Amino acid sequence: MTVALSPQELANRIGEQLPEAVVEAQETALFVKSDSLLDVARFLKSTPNLDFNLLVSISAIDYLEYFELVYHLTSITHNHSIVLKTRCDDRDKPTVPSVSGLWRGANFQEREIYDLMGISFSGHPNLKRIVLWEGFEGHPLRKDYL
Amino acid sequence: MDWLYDLFPKIGDALSGWLAGFLPGWAVYLIMWLVGVVPILIFVLIMVMVVIMIERRGLATFQIRYGPNRAGPFGMLQPIADAIKVLTKEDIVPAQADRWLHWLAPVVTFGVTLLWFAVIPVGKDAILADLNIGILYVVAVASLGGMGVVMAGWACHNKYSLIGAMREISQMVSYEVPVVISILGVVMITGSLSMTQIVEAEGVPFILLQPLGFLIYFVAVLAQINRSPLDQVEAESELVSGFHTEYSGMKFALFYLGEYGNAFAASAIVTTLFLGGWKGPILPPYVWFVIKALIVMYVLVWFRATFPRVRIDQITGFAWKFLLPLALFNILITAIELAIWSEFPWWLLFVNIPVAGALIFLWSRLFTLQGGQRVEA
Amino acid sequence: MAMSSQPARLKTDTFVINLGPQHPSSHGVFRIRATFDGEIIVDVEPIFGYLHRGVEKLAEGRTYTQDISLTDRMDYTSAMTNNLAYVLAVEKLMGVSVPERAEYLRVILAELNRIVSHLMAVGFWLNDMGAGGFTPLMYCLREREKILDLFEMVSGQRLTVNYMRVGGLLRDVPDEFLPPLKRFVAEMPGFIDEYEQLLSENEILLARSKGVGILSAETAINGSVVGPMLRASGVNWDLRKADPYSIYDRFDFEIPVGTVGDNYDRYTVRIAEMRQSVRILEQAIAQLPTGAVRTKLPNILRPPVGEAYGHIEGPRGELGFYLVSDGSIAPYRFRVRAPTFINLTVLPDILIGWKIADAVVTFGSVDICMGEVDR
Repeated sequence: MTVALSPQELANRIGEQLPEAVVEAQETALFVKSDSLLDVARFLKSTPNLDFNLLVSISAIDYLEYFELVYHLTSITHNHSIVLKTRCDDRDKPTVPSVSGLWRGANFQEREIYDLMGISFSGHPNLKRIVLWEGFEGHPLRKDYL
Repeated sequence: MDWLYDLFPKIGDALSGWLAGFLPGWAVYLIMWLVGVVPILIFVLIMVMVVIMIERRGLATFQIRYGPNRAGPFGMLQPIADAIKVLTKEDIVPAQADRWLHWLAPVVTFGVTLLWFAVIPVGKDAILADLNIGILYVVAVASLGGMGVVMAGWACHNKYSLIGAMREISQMVSYEVPVVISILGVVMITGSLSMTQIVEAEGVPFILLQPLGFLIYFVAVLAQINRSPLDQVEAESELVSGFHTEYSGMKFALFYLGEYGNAFAASAIVTTLFLGGWKGPILPPYVWFVIKALIVMYVLVWFRATFPRVRIDQITGFAWKFLLPLALFNILITAIELAIWSEFPWWLLFVNIPVAGALIFLWSRLFTLQGGQRVEA
Repeated sequence: MAMSSQPARLKTDTFVINLGPQHPSSHGVFRIRATFDGEIIVDVEPIFGYLHRGVEKLAEGRTYTQDISLTDRMDYTSAMTNNLAYVLAVEKLMGVSVPERAEYLRVILAELNRIVSHLMAVGFWLNDMGAGGFTPLMYCLREREKILDLFEMVSGQRLTVNYMRVGGLLRDVPDEFLPPLKRFVAEMPGFIDEYEQLLSENEILLARSKGVGILSAETAINGSVVGPMLRASGVNWDLRKADPYSIYDRFDFEIPVGTVGDNYDRYTVRIAEMRQSVRILEQAIAQLPTGAVRTKLPNILRPPVGEAYGHIEGPRGELGFYLVSDGSIAPYRFRVRAPTFINLTVLPDILIGWKIADAVVTFGSVDICMGEVDR
């Protein structure tokens, strides 16, 4: 069985290395600040006992006051998983650091989130629209589109 | 019943004798020439229709489905239905294509196919032009076929077609050599390049006396006529029909006819060289010829239904590294045998067949089709 | 191609070709802008979105049960497994349990669907290779027809089945379902042997696929590749064993793992997975209990506020649904983790440096389904 690691424990471990990163350890997910997302991700990937080498999925949700990004991470070697969340409050030009340098699998998913939700990822090698055509106006998956 | 067997020479003599009565010599020659060409044309078109039906029904049987079975009894009128459809289609020429070349390419392709049939002996003395360099003519015409393909590939102004044309050049050039050298064994035994003499000399069919030559020629001619498994030139799933992507209507029909005409011509030549041509008991010779050619055609269809496609660099490697050395060995062995027994007795087949088998087995240990090779950027 | 006597190379130019979107082997509307140097591919840019229907936005305007019919149409060759992944996510969200008979029937249908999908994958891959003008494809489709007849018997549809519901299945299987299923399960190993006998030792097939399109394990894991592509590269990761959902922990089966990660390994992994699916089917049919097939739930579902991520091991990899509910009758966020969309990340790694003929064969072995890539 894939063990879902306890966010509180992970929060403690991360707090030793990166004190300001974690905002809250919720019941099922670990909530971090968007600026320190890249550092936390690097920590989770490279620490020997954690080894989160498979990025399962990145999801973006539009709660009208803010955007929330949810990262599902799994470790194939140790068979445990964690859910990482971050928020972005800017409605006009939301920006979040990209993790595609750590996990290449984030490449297409971040492009899709940019395309449909309008969240930009800084440091992404090729941030273009992926499922909609070039020149499309707007970001359809937002709650205020249509 | 003799008149049935010698049908064509008798008709020819009777007609030219009647015409010489009231026309000068050159007019008789011209009319006999026309009278000779038209039956060839009709024969080719009818046989191509039969060949297309064999291909479609045969492929369907291999693929556990029915082939065409609606148009006429057993779907035999399907090619006629296709021909009517094709004649009424719009002729589309790409805007940037070379119009003159675009028109000329299918004409050249089909014309070259017809050229092959001039030297194929359909029955006893039933041959349009009894050249005494018949085999040389056949080989020369085979390489002309590539010209039509390259013209088509260039004229379409389409990258896919161009890739197909380039592949065709490399494939055609590579397979010329094994074709010629494998035929040389037959020529050495007969002592003549003429097609009629080769058929006359076949007491025992050359497939038994020259098994290695037969196999090499069979595979090499598959490559020359661009048939599966060596049909990368027009690989449907990769290049969307290669050089005839941009053709529609009657021009496409000419390419199609040309392709099946080539296949039938190749079967006919294999029959003539290796299977005894028109020889056979009881039935008239032309019937035997057609039966044998259609059996070879069925084997070609069988090959198409069974094998995956070979990649272009594997195809050319196969020609140069596998077929060519084996063909050279073949001539060597035939030459040695001829030097010792100059009449080439029939029991040499018991020597040749095991030797051929052993050579193929040993050589295939040395050479395998190269797998994947990645080129570093 | 340099001439041996001259030190400098012949100056050549690269050219750009579009493979697709209309192309006999692009497996749907998929476009690759490839830059060629002669026959070698130098650069690859995949462009898709031609089949984008906005499923995620559509789902926010439909109830949870209506969304099941949307999931059919994503990966349209394996509709049963799509349904299963979605209803598992909703059941996690609501905390509903499923009766025993429904669990066993779900496993049976999901494994049948895995066989269908792999048959199509192998058949079309061989078609790309030009194998005898779709002869192997016809043989694979012959078996697929038998399974599609079973699906039609059960749900009335062959392709977009819309059969699973939250809390079980739509209705029980008819009585005439089990005898043809048992016949099929008894005959299938013989057919798989027939495919292997005809294909696995064929010299041309080996030459076209062995050592071609190699994907290393590190590149695969880093690229979030899952499914048979990952297992062919040597990584033993299958959700049915690593994180068993439904009742998969009661069955005895193996996970086939490849060694090198070339096209031939992907082919053998799929054939071996078909055999393992037949094994699971035999056990599931033997243990099938009687009883109800659906938990009693209100017609319009209102899950509590919260979120859930439900995932299964589909034929193409990990198919996951991330649902966020705000207590109303429609999902607030319906996010699909589509395996083939993410598997395409590694397309440049397996295509660059190979020839055009290899590119088509390799692309066929990735086994994409455009409905899932574009959603």
